[in-house]
Amino acid sequence: MNTEYLINILLLMLSAVLVENYIFVQFLGICPFLGVSEKPDTALGMGFAVIFVMTLSSAATWLIYYFILVPFGLEYLETIAFILIIAALVQFIEMFLRKFVPALYGALGIYLPLITTNCAVLGAALINIQEGYDFLESLAYGFSSAVGFTLAIVIFAGVRVRISFADPPKVFRGIPIAMIAAGLIAMAFSGFSGMSF
Amino acid sequence: MDAVKNILFALMWFAILGGVLGAALAFAAKLFAVKVDERIPKIQEKLPGANCGGCGYAGCAALAEAIVKGEAKPSACVVGGDAVAAEVAAIMGVAAEKTKRMRAQVMCSGTAEYAKKKYVYEGAPDCIAATKLGGGDKLCPNGCIGLGTCVSVCTFNAIKIENGIAAVDYEKCQGCGKCTEACPKHIIKLIPYDAAHWVGCMSVDKGAITRSYCEVGCISCRLCEKNCPSGAITVNDFVASIDYDKCTQCGICVEKCPRKIIWSDKAQKKIGVTIDNEDFDPPRSKSNKSERSN
Repeated sequence: MNTEYLINILLLMLSAVLVENYIFVQFLGICPFLGVSEKPDTALGMGFAVIFVMTLSSAATWLIYYFILVPFGLEYLETIAFILIIAALVQFIEMFLRKFVPALYGALGIYLPLITTNCAVLGAALINIQEGYDFLESLAYGFSSAVGFTLAIVIFAGVRVRISFADPPKVFRGIPIAMIAAGLIAMAFSGFSGMSF
Repeated sequence: MDAVKNILFALMWFAILGGVLGAALAFAAKLFAVKVDERIPKIQEKLPGANCGGCGYAGCAALAEAIVKGEAKPSACVVGGDAVAAEVAAIMGVAAEKTKRMRAQVMCSGTAEYAKKKYVYEGAPDCIAATKLGGGDKLCPNGCIGLGTCVSVCTFNAIKIENGIAAVDYEKCQGCGKCTEACPKHIIKLIPYDAAHWVGCMSVDKGAITRSYCEVGCISCRLCEKNCPSGAITVNDFVASIDYDKCTQCGICVEKCPRKIIWSDKAQKKIGVTIDNEDFDPPRSKSNKSERSN
């Protein structure tokens, strides 16, 4: 493991958090982004759950792809296989946490099942394969993408708290003004795209 | 035939993968099974499921857990009333306690036309924000600001803003008491659901001062106190209050009050949530006003 490889991984992580931000640049995981972003607390809870699941599912799907799908020539089934594996994995994690880490289960509780069908998690698994990342790179990419997701959802929750005290025109109240705010933040994030690694 | 072979192979492979994962999950479910007291889901089923937090716990699930642990009484649910308390008590195997259905009442009658304002508030539409600005736009320090902080916390959609003050729909109100905590002026009180009368004012200023900023404020004249046959009304801190354990619902106070701010249940029920009605004619209202302006 040489220095160049480590630097490469660090750059990969930085770019996944800011430049290729899942929500603002790739538009993945918009559903929880709008659904669970009314309070910073719940947004943070959702963010941690996504970090947790995305890191683990990146590892699991990478192993399944290279040790089961590739040897049997079933690469074309990656999407459906990954959905199956992520769903089972989340179920398993939920049971495991409930038994052994009740505190973490209490904190992530309701968010875990929500993530099962989150396209950001599936997206990370598929991009790992598409980009040909090795195992460590996949882990780093899954983790840092989820950190980017958390960053985005927490920033947005902060903005929504401010919006709730503002007095926008009636037609814009609720989701419409949230969409506009999200668009503005996305534009701000597009400033990072100038950074090339 | 190659295509058929491929399809069959993929099918077989997924059947195996699904089977293995299913078996693993089933095994894990057994291995990681957490013992839950079977009474908890049973009680939760009986609770209303509104998650209003009126009982003081985070929601119905948390209350069910607390009841089973013995931290809360079976009758702790303020929304469910006697019926739910009896069912929960049956599950717990104890005798049911009587509960008393309560409802929220906004103790202010100062609608836009009767209560004077000191400035025009144009900030965030929220009572707490308005209170930070000189205690709100009303001259009365204990008047309803009418920006609807109570409306936004009500789980049951039972509060409306009518004529500049909040009004509670009795049938929808379940008495959870969330609004009483949310109101920055603390002028929403829980009173018995069947209470016939209440004093629609919480001004603790002296009569003359109250009179200067509100046409329908309590001036502590003590007419209600003197005339109440059962001694249920007392005037403390320049405002009348009714003791519902003593009130016999005779309605004499309603007639005696010169400011017409002791409200009777029937008058309000007839018109639903609003407290503005044709009987509502304070002595110093429109007719006097026009005289003064001349």
